[in-house]
Amino acid sequence: MSKDNNKQREALFSPKNKKLLTNPLGRDNPINVQVLGICSVLAITVQLRTSLVMAISVVAVMGFANVIISLLRKTIPPRIRIIVQLTVIASLVILVDQVLKAYVYDVSRQLSVFVGLIITNCIIMGRLEGFALNNKPWPSFLDGIGNAAGYGWVLLAVGFFRELFGSGTLFGYQVVPDAFYRFGYENNGFMILPPMALITVGIIIWVQRHRDRSLVDIS
Amino acid sequence: MTNRYVFLYASAMVIIVALILSGAATLLRPLQERNMRIEKMQNILSAINIPASRAEAEDLFNRYIQVAKIVDHQGEEIDGDAFEVELQDEIRKEVKDRQLPVFIADVDGETYYIVPLRGAGLWGPIWGYVGLEADLVTIAGANFDHSSETPGLGAEIADRSFEQQFRGKKIFDEEGNFRPVRVIKGVAPPGEPHLVDGISGGTITSNGVTNMLRDGLEVYISYFEKIRSS
Repeated sequence: MSKDNNKQREALFSPKNKKLLTNPLGRDNPINVQVLGICSVLAITVQLRTSLVMAISVVAVMGFANVIISLLRKTIPPRIRIIVQLTVIASLVILVDQVLKAYVYDVSRQLSVFVGLIITNCIIMGRLEGFALNNKPWPSFLDGIGNAAGYGWVLLAVGFFRELFGSGTLFGYQVVPDAFYRFGYENNGFMILPPMALITVGIIIWVQRHRDRSLVDIS
Repeated sequence: MTNRYVFLYASAMVIIVALILSGAATLLRPLQERNMRIEKMQNILSAINIPASRAEAEDLFNRYIQVAKIVDHQGEEIDGDAFEVELQDEIRKEVKDRQLPVFIADVDGETYYIVPLRGAGLWGPIWGYVGLEADLVTIAGANFDHSSETPGLGAEIADRSFEQQFRGKKIFDEEGNFRPVRVIKGVAPPGEPHLVDGISGGTITSNGVTNMLRDGLEVYISYFEKIRSS
């Protein structure tokens, strides 16, 4: 029995499956490489805390949505597949929100605006359309989690720089010492505005492409 | 796949989703409503600087809030349950028809008056509670919340550090004229009793708070004068 289990576990995380999980963190990153989901990156990365909440929410929704669509993949009529995907995402998000509101009210208060933003996140639909519709549930699950994590780390990175330089804090705690301010250091108000998120993402993309030339010479 | 299949599939999907969602909403409603009631109690208590966890909010509310009543714009009392008044409906009515809730708290012998406010932010409604000291001029504390302001920008009005600024501010000037607290762009001069710092990148929400304080407190002036003269 235990031998069987081991065998299965190996298969679960075969090199191919592992790639599903790790590729979106780097060279297949939904934000840096596919340039999807930029809208929410601009909207909610002023602080690290909001970035983190959003990242966790998207991991949860993407994991579930990918599995559900993958289970239904053979029944979904191709002509209305987008509507089906959207319905699954939207119902999932509403359901999760309702449960949170009833049992962990404080978390749901923090999520407030994000719920709407999750539904409009094009990465989720992109993965349902591009992966879950043609693959088995387990790889789809890994692909969902991987892409959501790829999205999440960029969100956190952008949130880190914007909160640090924009407000001098991290997770709401002051990290730039008062002494700096006395010597004339000022928080950069521009960091708080959405354009700076775009520029920060641009810099991350630049660094990534500088280090991985294959992303540049792919044509 | 035939049209028939597509049609049936879509119908079945809609019905199943509708059943799941309405089922969940109906089942969870009592729990959610209870949570909202408790949150309202927490917010009211927070306006007089009494931090209350979810577990103790109900007890503390019953202990400190002595009177909850409804008045009209002339300060006359109206029958009804002040806690159940929905301000979002009231602010659509004409001023003379509005039901205005007042909560009167007694904290270790000190009297506080708490009034609810509601206004508009950038994306949606904003609301809050202002606690006034017994002189009905000095703000003891304030609590704000919003439905969909931008996280990190306008949403900061619900942050404790923004709310704390209102402590000790005054809503009437020394001659007794109504002069509500305004949220200004940038930093308010220290010691100025009618101004607080605005939120960078959240100017429209900040202005919303200014307008909400003006419109929301104005309707209570007659009531305040009545209490002060009695």
